[in-house]
Amino acid sequence: MVSTSLYLRFHFNNRIVQEAILLTLKRLSPLYLRKNPVMFVVFIGSVLTTLIFLRDLIYSPFFHDPLWFTASISFWLWFTLLFANASESIAEGKGKAHASSLKALAEEIIAHRILENGEEESVLASELRRNDIVRVLTGEYIPSDGEILEGIAAVDESAITGESAPVIRESDSDRSSVTAGTRVLSNSLRIRIISNPGESFLDRMIHLVQAAKRQKTPNEIALQILLVGLTLIFLIVCTTLIPFGLYSDSKITLTVIVSLLICLIPTTIGGLVSAIGISGIERALRKNILAMSGKAVETAGDVDVLLLDKTGTITLGNRMPVDLIPFEGVDIKELAKAAQISSFADRTPEGKSITEFIQKNYGNFISEKEFVSFTFIPFSAETRMSGCEKPSLSIHKGSCDAIQNFIEKKGGKIPDHFSKITEEIGLKGGTPLAVALNDKILGIIHLKDIIKPGVRERFQRLRAMGVRTVMITGDNPFTAQTIAEEVGVDTFLAEATPEKKLNLIKEEQAKGYIVAMTGDGTNDAPALAQADLGIAMNSGTQAAKEAANMVDLDSNPTKILEVIEIGKQLLMTRGCLTTFSIANDVAKYFAIIPAIFLLTLPELASLNIMHLASPYSAVLSAVIFNALIIVALIPIALKGVKYRPLGANSLFLRSLLIYGVGGILAPFIGIKLIDMSLVHMGLV
Amino acid sequence: MTLLGWFQISFFFMMIVVLTKPLGLYLYHVYQKPPQIKFFRRFEILIFQICGLQKQEQDWKDYVFALILFNIIGIGVVFLIEMMQNFLPLNPQNLPTVPWDLALNTAVSFVTHTNWQAYSGETTLSYFTQMAGLTWQNFSAAATGMAAFLALARGLTHRMNQDIERTIGNFWVDLIRSILYVFLPGSFILALIYVSQGVIQNFSPALDITTLEGAKQTLAMGPVASQEAIKILGTNGGGFFNANSSHPFENPTPLTNFLQMLSLILIPAALTYTYGKMARNSRHGWSLFSAMFMVAITGAVCLYYFESQPNPLLQNLPLLQDLGNLEGKEVRFGIAGSSLFGHLATITSGGPSNSMYDSFSPLGGMVLLINMLLGEVVFGGVGVGMFGMLMFVLISVFIAGLMVGRTPEYLGKKIEGKEVRFAILYVALYPLLILLGTSWSILSSYGLSSLQNAGPHGLTEILYAYTSATQNNGSAFAGLNANTLWYNLTLAIAMFIGRFLPICLGLAIAGSMVNKKIALPSAGTFPAQGMLFVGLLMAVILIIGALTFFPVLTLGPFIENIYLLQGKTF
Repeated sequence: MVSTSLYLRFHFNNRIVQEAILLTLKRLSPLYLRKNPVMFVVFIGSVLTTLIFLRDLIYSPFFHDPLWFTASISFWLWFTLLFANASESIAEGKGKAHASSLKALAEEIIAHRILENGEEESVLASELRRNDIVRVLTGEYIPSDGEILEGIAAVDESAITGESAPVIRESDSDRSSVTAGTRVLSNSLRIRIISNPGESFLDRMIHLVQAAKRQKTPNEIALQILLVGLTLIFLIVCTTLIPFGLYSDSKITLTVIVSLLICLIPTTIGGLVSAIGISGIERALRKNILAMSGKAVETAGDVDVLLLDKTGTITLGNRMPVDLIPFEGVDIKELAKAAQISSFADRTPEGKSITEFIQKNYGNFISEKEFVSFTFIPFSAETRMSGCEKPSLSIHKGSCDAIQNFIEKKGGKIPDHFSKITEEIGLKGGTPLAVALNDKILGIIHLKDIIKPGVRERFQRLRAMGVRTVMITGDNPFTAQTIAEEVGVDTFLAEATPEKKLNLIKEEQAKGYIVAMTGDGTNDAPALAQADLGIAMNSGTQAAKEAANMVDLDSNPTKILEVIEIGKQLLMTRGCLTTFSIANDVAKYFAIIPAIFLLTLPELASLNIMHLASPYSAVLSAVIFNALIIVALIPIALKGVKYRPLGANSLFLRSLLIYGVGGILAPFIGIKLIDMSLVHMGLV
Repeated sequence: MTLLGWFQISFFFMMIVVLTKPLGLYLYHVYQKPPQIKFFRRFEILIFQICGLQKQEQDWKDYVFALILFNIIGIGVVFLIEMMQNFLPLNPQNLPTVPWDLALNTAVSFVTHTNWQAYSGETTLSYFTQMAGLTWQNFSAAATGMAAFLALARGLTHRMNQDIERTIGNFWVDLIRSILYVFLPGSFILALIYVSQGVIQNFSPALDITTLEGAKQTLAMGPVASQEAIKILGTNGGGFFNANSSHPFENPTPLTNFLQMLSLILIPAALTYTYGKMARNSRHGWSLFSAMFMVAITGAVCLYYFESQPNPLLQNLPLLQDLGNLEGKEVRFGIAGSSLFGHLATITSGGPSNSMYDSFSPLGGMVLLINMLLGEVVFGGVGVGMFGMLMFVLISVFIAGLMVGRTPEYLGKKIEGKEVRFAILYVALYPLLILLGTSWSILSSYGLSSLQNAGPHGLTEILYAYTSATQNNGSAFAGLNANTLWYNLTLAIAMFIGRFLPICLGLAIAGSMVNKKIALPSAGTFPAQGMLFVGLLMAVILIIGALTFFPVLTLGPFIENIYLLQGKTF
């Protein structure tokens, strides 16, 4: 469904691989590596061992390691660096390819720019500036992200969303945004361009996946500091090992000390941390989510409270009529006819569905000639009624209290069971609409919300993740409660207004919760801006998108669940690989320490619990393991550790068993296997 | 190992569990709402009036400034007293002025809560120096530790309610209340009990006595009980006599031995409960207690086991070694009483001794070393033990928070780059000082010249000295004459930096955390209590310690043990 075709297009291809290899090599420069202190230490180590190798090659000092050993160590240290760089380049390549394929769609489009004097000129899409006005005709592509000033059109957005059904985009509505690269199928639009070249949402997104340009997120910085601290500790430990060795009459070569240091410092997480950050963004992008910052993705992992609009998120957009209830003395046919006529001019989804419902169950009451004499009153949010009038007759349909007020003003009588019936419908989670003929209320239409399939399960999953859900609805509290219970949201906000919504967010934040919400309309903008994580629908208004910190290209509000999971995955991957990296050190000590002192302190052989063949093979095996583990973990860094909604304790225990205990055991096995193959190949 | 020994150890640990809550509750009230004992209240007000101190809250920088200033003045005063003791009263032995490097080392040592003693009390210091200089510093250094803990605890636990900004408290209030409500009354009671058991308290000059055998012996006298009480209660550890708590006038009976062990660990243990109350999460307090308790018990069991093993070198001699390694231990305390005392002296930063740690078996000595190398956080010194523990807690919950997919938080407050930086610097500082000092000493002639043992045991002795100084423990391994210019100065530096830089780092965290927004815990938050948290915390402490000191411990006590089994000595 979601952009399968597109995904295939930018999945690995030759260009990405080439580019990644080039970047990997380019980034061996110390100027670039400086930004990642852990890998910078590896760089220094690689340079040192290479220099030692060259020195030993030219003249042999009295005390030195065999040439092949120094050569192998420096070779593998360079490879450690290369592998770390490669992980970053691959992540970046994937993300960039994804983003640029979305972008490339638009670059070559010819746009019709409307000049101030009203004339049109043809320019390349890439020349358009912010606030330019363009006209897009039927069959043409939208040249750049913009907002519709005039017109309504069916737009094919499949290039971005992968969804083949066209969508309606119109001016002055909550669906006034158009995206570059999508195609107008009918009618023409006048569009105001909203960004300069290189400043669109997509361009910002591309920055986020570029290792050289992206800003590190606060959490990534904190982790980096922890890693630098650990590196510092191991630097002290390894440097002071030289005097301790001298005291014990053992000379330790610099090559061995460097090897031990590189094995102990957290190179695994240090090398992958950048790739983890980039692929978090890339995973969001793959779900067609544009994140405005890396921090937004991290915040997603922290979400405690989730505000969801009922309509469109929990229920299908349009409520459907399920029943007509006439009052005493009213023929059901009469009610059906009045309901159908009054709905004719009601272009809301409800109006349309009522017309269809009556046609299907009661037949058609509308004749062309009768229609000419009517004046139609369209539905408006103020009156909350629609209907039609002709001098002798008026038919109204609308929300029960609006009709009640209206009839009471006219001096009409309210039927006995009116409030009882409406309340009953409300309690069942339905919405009652009253139909009135002149000053008499004929009956009630029972509208019902259709709950989206799979919504219940999603809420269960959210609860398991520790996220509290709040349903936002304009319905009255009764209706809201029924639906809330039916779908299993934790609480609801009934009779919601934008202000109420904003206040709710502020309240929850004051209590110390991280709040997420989705929205599309301009009146959602303040709430989107206030929420810690605001996801705007791509179909929504420009104001909403600017206020949000993520934009969903598919305009699918339930996707927030996946966004939260991506955030959690990102953080978990960091945590798990850090644990793994530190846990690895135990085995490396057992490999290297007895090896260092084997000649002078043979008593320490009892520490050689892996029974490694020789001191050189032990040190080399540890270094090789250290390099290869980075390669082995690249897929986890790119895909992210799997998140399961288990609750913090079991999730932690699980991760700890896999990455903590596993991290202690894996290198014992790995180093032994490498040692065995080195022996087998006759290298040591 | 004997049944009685095991009983002694288990009874001791049970007493800790029993006493932690009542004392913790008392401490909580002392600092939140001091008890309305008129005498103390009036005294507190009087002190503030005389000193012209204000009680308003300080921000963390002012707090640190006050703390360090107070202590530097303390160093100056003790140094001057030592340098002028021959002009001062209460010097019946007419002891001369102390050499400047030793005087400086001693002043720094007592102010930094280390109580490293490169001198013998009875032959170096006058009664006035002991009382006005050292005993006073025993009180104020312990109170400084409490203050540092309180400030950090406030920073971590304060809840921003109705946007009321708070700071981390007032150093003078914390200092004076600690002395007035905790250490003074506690020491007073303990001193009386000690006197009742035979600890001396007088100003008489040393007595020359003819023993039963007819030999001449000098018996050192002095105001011992008053210093002994605070030496233990404040986890200071600096004995009146050179022999410390193995001297019959400092620690005469098994009862005083038991009381000393108990009062060493009581306040550090109780502070876990106090902290839990402050965090409004008693389970968190008990979880910290459990982590400390389990590490402590494991160490005690290992130590008792190692010390109960016979010395393999003596096996061919006609000796009964059923009791174990009794060399350097007092018979009146036995193996259990000695090894438990040694264990407590090193897990708290007290560092007194009732036996000779140098004579412990290599692995037994290694347990003592590890106790200190782990960072003096189980249970650690009064105040500073919990202080250090909280640093490890921050690092643990940082990693655990990530592992459950949330940006890490502790007690609802986000842990960000700044906090991680200070916490990991705190952890890195100790290995830096310890390993640097040790490796410099073993490379230099002036470092090795006063070392009496070669080989791995010599390495252990120097390592022990720097560890003890840096971690502000103060216990000595002996075998190393530390009264040389090199050791006096470098150990003084190690003690000073090891004391005050970590406090600065911790209080910087307190300052940055105190007014952070609190996020309520949800089902997705890693809980800072329960078995998993306890296990994580223990693992982090043990793994960081092990990874840092694995090589040097291998080259020191570990290989010494192998040599010992092979019959090789140095």
